[in-house]
Amino acid sequence: MKGNEAMAEAAIRCGADGYFGYPITPQSEVLEYFMAEEPWNRTGMVVLQAESEIAAINMIYGGASTGKKVLTSSSSPGISLKQEGLSYLAGAELPCVVINVVRGGPGLGDIQPAQSDYFQSVKGGGHGDYKLFVIAPSSVQESADFVKKAFDIAFKYRIPALILSDGAIGQMMEKVELFEQEERLTDEQVIEKYGSWATTGKTADRERNIITSLDLIPERLEDHNKQLQAKYKKIEENEIMFEEIHCDDADHIIVAYGTSARICQKTVQLAREKGIKLGLMRPITLWPFPKKKIAEYGDTKKGIPTPDEVLTAFEKHFM
Amino acid sequence: MTEEIIIAGFGGQGVLSMGKILAYSGIMQDQEVSWMPAYGPEMRGGTANVTVIISDERINSPVLNAYDTAIILNQQSMNKFEETVKPGGVLLYDPNGISKHPTRTDINIYQVEAAAEAARLKVGKSFNMVVLGAYLKIKPIVEHENVIKGLKKSLPERYHHLIPMNETAISSGEKIVKQTQKA
Repeated sequence: MKGNEAMAEAAIRCGADGYFGYPITPQSEVLEYFMAEEPWNRTGMVVLQAESEIAAINMIYGGASTGKKVLTSSSSPGISLKQEGLSYLAGAELPCVVINVVRGGPGLGDIQPAQSDYFQSVKGGGHGDYKLFVIAPSSVQESADFVKKAFDIAFKYRIPALILSDGAIGQMMEKVELFEQEERLTDEQVIEKYGSWATTGKTADRERNIITSLDLIPERLEDHNKQLQAKYKKIEENEIMFEEIHCDDADHIIVAYGTSARICQKTVQLAREKGIKLGLMRPITLWPFPKKKIAEYGDTKKGIPTPDEVLTAFEKHFM
Repeated sequence: MTEEIIIAGFGGQGVLSMGKILAYSGIMQDQEVSWMPAYGPEMRGGTANVTVIISDERINSPVLNAYDTAIILNQQSMNKFEETVKPGGVLLYDPNGISKHPTRTDINIYQVEAAAEAARLKVGKSFNMVVLGAYLKIKPIVEHENVIKGLKKSLPERYHHLIPMNETAISSGEKIVKQTQKA
C-alpha cells in the first residue's frame, strides 16, 4: 500500500465523518483512494472533491464546528492556500486533521519529496499566535497509525493536527498492518461528547454555542490567547514523541525526521559497520518538539550533524 | 538477506508493475519490502524507474544510490544506472534498442531478449514478466509460488485469467537469459 493510500484507509477505519480535498501531486492518491473505496457505502463517510483548497479547508471549518471528525489533504502550494482557514480553525479551537504531503518549494517548486515546509508547519503557518499539533511519519505504517493519533490529539485539545508527510513516504509502498474498523459516532454520541462546544443544536438547558475566531473586545481576546497558550504548554508537557536509534553509546547523533530519518538510519548502519559510533534521534512530533531531549545531548555528545534536505530551517530551529 | 534493485525503462513497459509484483512476492514470504517509484514527469511519458528492496530485516532508506541489481530496459536508463551497480552486482538488460552496451568489467552482466521473446510468444503485454523470469533465474530470492501469489495480489481480479500467460512468460524468461560477462 502507498503511504497516501494508507492515510486514506486509516481515516475511514478510525471513523472519520468527512474528507474534503483537491488533487495535487504528490498527494492525489489520497482523494483517488477515497473515490475508489467509496467509504460512503462502507461507513457513511462523506467524501467531496472541493472546487479549490480554500473551499476544502472552509468545509473543514464547517464540519469541525459541528463536532464531526473531518480531514483534508494537500501538498505544499495547496497547504499555503489553506493557511487562512487553519488560522481560523486554531482561533475557533476546532479539531481536525490536515495532511501535507510535502513537495519542493518555494512557489510551485517541483513534485519531488522535500521537508521545506518545516518552518511553516511548526510555527503555525497563518497569521496570529497559534500552533498546530505536527506529527511526521517516516514509514507507510506510521502514515496509517498517525491519522488515528492526530485525530485523538485534535479532539483531546481541540486543536488542528497536521500530518507532515512528503512525496517519498506518500508514494512508496511498504507492508502495513491496519487497525480494525471503528464505528463512526452517532449524532447522539457527538452531542454527548462535544455538545458543550459544538453547534449540535441548542437545547433549552444551555446557552448557544458560538463558533468564531472574532472577538472585538480586547480584554476578552487577550484572555482567549492566554488560554490558547496555556493549552499549548500542556501539549508541550504531555505529547512529545521521538525515537532514538543507537543513541546510548553514540559520540555523534544525527537529528532527522520523516524520509530523511530513514536515509540517516542507513547512514548510521554504514557508520556502525566502520566502527563509528553514530546515533539517530528522530523527532516524531515536530511541534511539540523534543528540544529538552536534544539539549541533553549537548552535555554528553560530541556533535549533532543534520541532513540538509531541510537546509536552513530545521538546523536553525534548535541549534 | 537484503536485495536492493533498480528497475528502469520506458513508461508503459511495465517497469512499475514488475517492481510491484516482486514486492508483493516478498510480502507473501513474510519479508520486509519497499517499493519507491520515480513518479511525476516520469509517469507522464519518458523514462520510468522503481527501487525495490526485499529484506529479512527492517528496511531503512527506501532511496539508494547503489544497487545489488539493475534491470535496464532502455538506453537512457543504461546511461544512468550502469554506474550504480555495486561491484560484483548484477546488471540485467534487454539488448533490444540498446546501442551502447555496458562496459564495466567488475559486475555480472546478463542479457534477456525479452521484447523478441514476448513477440514470439504473442504475449506482448507480458514483456515485463519475461524480464522478471530472467531475473529470478539469476537471483531466485522469491519462490515461484510466491510470485504467483504476488501476481494475484497486484493484478485486479478481472485480469486473473491472464495469470497462466504470465507464468509462461516467466518460465521462458528463465530459459533464455544468458550471462555475457562474469565479474
